[in-house]
Amino acid sequence: MMTISRLNRAAVIDHPRSFRPRSASGKGRISARDIDLVFATANGPHRAVEAASLEIQPGEFVSLLGPSGCGKSTLMNCVAGFVKPTRGEVLLDGQAVVKPGPDRGMVFQQHSLFPWKTVKQNVAFGPLMAGVGAREADSVARTFLSLVGLSRYASAYPTTLSGGMQQRVGIARALANYPSVLLMDEPFGALDAQTRSMMQENLLEIWSEFKNTVLFVTHDIDEAVFLSDRIVVMSASPGRIIADIPVRLARPRTQELLTTPEFMAIKRECLALIREQTLHAFEQQNQAG
Amino acid sequence: MSLNPRPRPPLSEAALSSPLETSERQPIEATPAAATPSGVALGASRRLLPENWDRYLVRIGALLVAALCWHLASTYGFDFFVRFDNVPGPLVVGAEFLAQASSQQFYLHILHSIQRIAIAYGLAVVIGVVLGVMMGRSRFAEDVILPYIEILRPIPAVAWIPLAILMMPTEQSSIVFITFLGALFPIVINTVHGVEQTPKVLVRAARSLGASNAAILWHVVLPGALPSIVTGLAIGMGVAWFSLLAGEIISGQYGIGYFTWSAYTLVEYPKIIIGMLVIGGLGSLCTLLVRKACAPLLRWQTEGAKS
Repeated sequence: MMTISRLNRAAVIDHPRSFRPRSASGKGRISARDIDLVFATANGPHRAVEAASLEIQPGEFVSLLGPSGCGKSTLMNCVAGFVKPTRGEVLLDGQAVVKPGPDRGMVFQQHSLFPWKTVKQNVAFGPLMAGVGAREADSVARTFLSLVGLSRYASAYPTTLSGGMQQRVGIARALANYPSVLLMDEPFGALDAQTRSMMQENLLEIWSEFKNTVLFVTHDIDEAVFLSDRIVVMSASPGRIIADIPVRLARPRTQELLTTPEFMAIKRECLALIREQTLHAFEQQNQAG
Repeated sequence: MSLNPRPRPPLSEAALSSPLETSERQPIEATPAAATPSGVALGASRRLLPENWDRYLVRIGALLVAALCWHLASTYGFDFFVRFDNVPGPLVVGAEFLAQASSQQFYLHILHSIQRIAIAYGLAVVIGVVLGVMMGRSRFAEDVILPYIEILRPIPAVAWIPLAILMMPTEQSSIVFITFLGALFPIVINTVHGVEQTPKVLVRAARSLGASNAAILWHVVLPGALPSIVTGLAIGMGVAWFSLLAGEIISGQYGIGYFTWSAYTLVEYPKIIIGMLVIGGLGSLCTLLVRKACAPLLRWQTEGAKS
């Protein structure tokens, strides 16, 4: 782990010249104001998100935590610009979000790499779309592949890689645009436990280089506490924000943190909230059924 | 490596030439690795014989058995509901084939057919893919175009002959028109199907990476639809031959279809069978060529399946 990390550092310093980081300049302030999101379903309107307000500072790592189906992904999709809120608005650095854009890098749960492009072509896609030219995009892709330790697989097709490697490519691809915000929708949810904890440490190392804003959706409490500066807990249907828990644990963080009393205290707090919400959701489902 | 047997034998391409193109919607792009354990495939690729040579042996054997039955049936005048007493045996047909193969006229027939296929198929590929992508991407385009496709598609090639002769300026163009129609529909339908299957998450990923609509079409939608489009192209090639023959039988002076039909009217029975076999051979050869030509574009699929 440590050797990889040192290698990474060398790689990151060597940013391609004409394609500079945008994130360093205190950008990436997200403010979601009074978001309501109502979907039309066969059983009538479904209120996925209700009166959600959220302020995220530039460079902050915030997790959205909640039971599955609580609308946390939906709220993130509003920030990403994939979904238009029924009421309220999302601002990024004061600008209203109306559509997806390269300033908000997106990492999905799985199967989001272009299977017909090689690993390097996947990572080069964003820079290419930004119009930097093929050679420049290629060198950006190399930089970011070495950042995630996958230079060897540059010309492999994504489907030949393991799930964890695919997600690392996904992270490299999202970062290759130097986004001020990184949106991660349960990016490690489909991985096995060992790979997941490796990926979490890896992500924190990479993030410490970029210090961009991260909004991270998860239902895994350990993951949320381990990664975040703040945990925003959501309730199940309708999805409301019910708690905003600061995580004042020192960085850099390693897996040893998981057994410390400080970690446990925050985990216990989250656990109680989530349990309550999950029970509430069960009751609702039982009533509906 | 170029003669990889698929789980389906190459002979089944003939079945694809039927106008029931929608029956094969999923691309059957199984790879040798999917058919055999990868260890076996690796070892075999270094040998001189193509891998699975024993399976080829069985296929050739199956054909030989059919030829033997045919020989016996025509020699002894098999006559039970199906009559073989007027059917020339394989030896007679073989001798006639050698005679034909040394005449220039025979190649002229084949050349004319191939030329018509080339023009009609080329047009069908361009127009079919463009229409298919439009229909797959735009609901309005689909609503405008789909009724035509649905009504015209079940009309067999033979039924187009009178109208084609009335409408088209030359005999050549009416045959090409009929052939074009045959190839068009499977290509359109498979393209639409492929385009509509585009995974939403990939479109979202592309959008969040700053891709324009045109870039999404080129980098996401088209490559994603390609396996299905290639299936459409292969089926379209089969149907093109199917339709070409209908056109050539009724009208024309050259062409392998005309060759076959005139052999019947002139009571040259061995030539009928030669014509039929040439059509079958050329049809499946062209379909194979289409698949081989498209294979490099689908390398990502086969590479992925190997792991």
